[in-house]
Amino acid sequence: MSKGTPISPSLMASKPSAAKAADSVDSVDSASAVLGPNRVVEPTEMTGSEAIVRSLEELGVDDVFGLPGGAILPTYDPLMASKINHVLVRHEQGAGHAAQGYAMVTGRVGVCIATSGPGATNLVTAIADAHMDSVPLVAITGQVASSVIGSDAFQEADIVGITMPVTKHSFLVTRAEDIPHTLAEAFHLASTGRPGPVLVDVTKDAQQAKMTFSWPPKVDLPGYRPVTRGHSKQVREAARLIAASSKPVLYVGGGVIKADASEELLRLAETTGAPVVTTLTARGAFPDAHPQHVGMPGMHGSVSAVTALQQADLLVTLGARFDDRVTGVLSTFAPSAKVIHADIDPAEISKNRTADVPIVGSVKEILPELSDAVRALQEKDGPADLTAWWTFLRRLKEDYPLGWTEPEDGLLAPQKIIKRIGQLTGPEGVYVAGVGQHQMWAAQFIDYERPRAWLNSAGLGTMGYSVPAAMGAKVGNPDRVVWAIDGDGCFQMTNQELATCTLNKIPIKVAVINNSSLGMVRQWQTLFYDGRYSNTDLHTGAETVRVPDFVKLGEAYGCASFRVEREEEIDEVIKKALEINDRPVVIDFVVSPNAMVWPMVPSGVSNDLIQVARNSTPVWEEED
Amino acid sequence: MARHTLSVLVEDKPGVLTRVAGLFARRAFNIHSLAVGPTEVEGISRITVVVDAEGDLLEQVTKQLNKLINVIKIVELLPENSVRRDHLLIKVRADAATRIQVTQAVDLFRASIVDVSTDALVIEATGTTEKLEALLTVLEPFGVREIVQSGTLAIGRGARSMSDRALRAS
Repeated sequence: MSKGTPISPSLMASKPSAAKAADSVDSVDSASAVLGPNRVVEPTEMTGSEAIVRSLEELGVDDVFGLPGGAILPTYDPLMASKINHVLVRHEQGAGHAAQGYAMVTGRVGVCIATSGPGATNLVTAIADAHMDSVPLVAITGQVASSVIGSDAFQEADIVGITMPVTKHSFLVTRAEDIPHTLAEAFHLASTGRPGPVLVDVTKDAQQAKMTFSWPPKVDLPGYRPVTRGHSKQVREAARLIAASSKPVLYVGGGVIKADASEELLRLAETTGAPVVTTLTARGAFPDAHPQHVGMPGMHGSVSAVTALQQADLLVTLGARFDDRVTGVLSTFAPSAKVIHADIDPAEISKNRTADVPIVGSVKEILPELSDAVRALQEKDGPADLTAWWTFLRRLKEDYPLGWTEPEDGLLAPQKIIKRIGQLTGPEGVYVAGVGQHQMWAAQFIDYERPRAWLNSAGLGTMGYSVPAAMGAKVGNPDRVVWAIDGDGCFQMTNQELATCTLNKIPIKVAVINNSSLGMVRQWQTLFYDGRYSNTDLHTGAETVRVPDFVKLGEAYGCASFRVEREEEIDEVIKKALEINDRPVVIDFVVSPNAMVWPMVPSGVSNDLIQVARNSTPVWEEED
Repeated sequence: MARHTLSVLVEDKPGVLTRVAGLFARRAFNIHSLAVGPTEVEGISRITVVVDAEGDLLEQVTKQLNKLINVIKIVELLPENSVRRDHLLIKVRADAATRIQVTQAVDLFRASIVDVSTDALVIEATGTTEKLEALLTVLEPFGVREIVQSGTLAIGRGARSMSDRALRAS
């Protein structure tokens, strides 16, 4: 958009990725480890800062998000002449989340840039978020001159030290000649194996010094050799377990999306006939409309998905990590299931739940092999009989569908609004949630039929993720409708990026699900603290002082802004928003603060105790 | 919990020790001892770390260490096929009356005296953790003033070289 692409409401395929081909490189061959078109650049004299910009260009970077400052100033000068589109944010955290959103929808490495000290520390939340959710991200920060490092210089912060626990790796570059190979290594690390954030901290003197630039550089990472191909013997063993199972479940995690393995997953699912559950990070990895999809598991998962895992005799775990929000009390999770665990990160295997058949590798490569192996066994012995299992699960799906009760206070039901946004926009849209009740409802009530349509902060649970991540997603997918489904609490953390959106013509649509409170915390106070609402009232909703007034706030930022308070306005305003494509839209949906997220597995109990509504657990019927 | 000795080959880059130590702290793994130094290969250092962990937890320690980009190779050294040594410097009270007895104890343990003054000796001893503990017990009655101790160092028996194989693999 910022490059002048006409914006159409039509929902077309995502922006083609020049860097895609090299994304899953598993090789010690240095040349192929360098992302991008791999042009050859003969030795050329330039400054370190020019080398940063040139390296990004050679790596195939089109868009970056950042905010300049003293220690990164030298790099912003050559950036001005570059074909790289730099989106100037209003807060560095916004740059980080925007880079995440960009990476999530495109599958490419997201890039953010900040200055030293506070600029760098403002990136930390986004870096930690990318680390928890395995998002390929490269953060470039300026650092004070190497001669004054350690002297508590102005705007000095040890950002390499600060981010060590929340990055896949980090580099401090003090010499200009180290810039090209370090950036190539950073992109290689961020995008291969289990993706993650990599920080490159470059001192000001390294940016200013002269160096000789050539491309491609040599990637030298002797300790980094991700395995992508699964062990054949393990794959055959997994196929044997699948063939022998009468209650299997494909437990699908975000790794399937990161590996672009949805097609491969579909084939395995249809070969095995097994039910599929998609976790919070995997929504859309398998189509919701597919009859084998039984829902999202976890604390706010559907009864059918949670129960499928609990009662399974085999979990086929694909790019998932047995997170506590999925398992509940670990010792009571899926007690009679054997576990096949395929993951590219060996450390995830048997970390929380011991795997009977561990398979280290990329699900992209493992799944076809596994499908073939299962098919071969079926041809020999006939397919497994899952009739009884499906009868049980279908009954659960029918008896306990996701739903809600209308609020008694006469205010709007937030679930209905979110559902209508999904229905009126359709599966080609992109939906980006913040964290809390609205996030769970967006995961539950929007149908995801394709990967990379659903973005949220799952592992870290970062309030404020939505608006900047949606901004990044829109830059990455300019032809798609991008909704930020946000809460009134989250929205107040990062809404300054609406200025970035308006000025750069990044027309995202923000649905503020305004229940005038920190809703998820309030829900826990209702359920577990006798309704004592300590510090959760935000005064933004119905019959309050409305500070801030989200409509006025949206208008102040140059957005088309609406307030919806009545049932009949819901569709009308959503449709109006879908027609506006020349500026961002903010809709203040005033909803009931009393709506709660159900089902729920209360914290600290077994998933068997899932509640479909307050104090109401499902009736477990005996299998006939 | 059982004690295990891991030999870790790492790239000799700034911050490597922080990365290793930080990993142990944030994943709540217990380090019993840690020793680090350069190897016969330039640019490669070797960390010997003794951890209190077993089973799945020990596996996690190794896997998490392996995820560090600067870690090249990890080998667990088992007692039956490795040599392990600690290094100890002890300052012990010894005047004219007790000096002979202290010297005898030092001889018995094949330790050596590296500094003598009128009322103290500095003793240098190398050996297994158990041997050094025994030496300390014997010296205790004379009055131990100061102890400084290295982490355990360990190396595999036989002709094979850990760094050789690791570098070939890469």
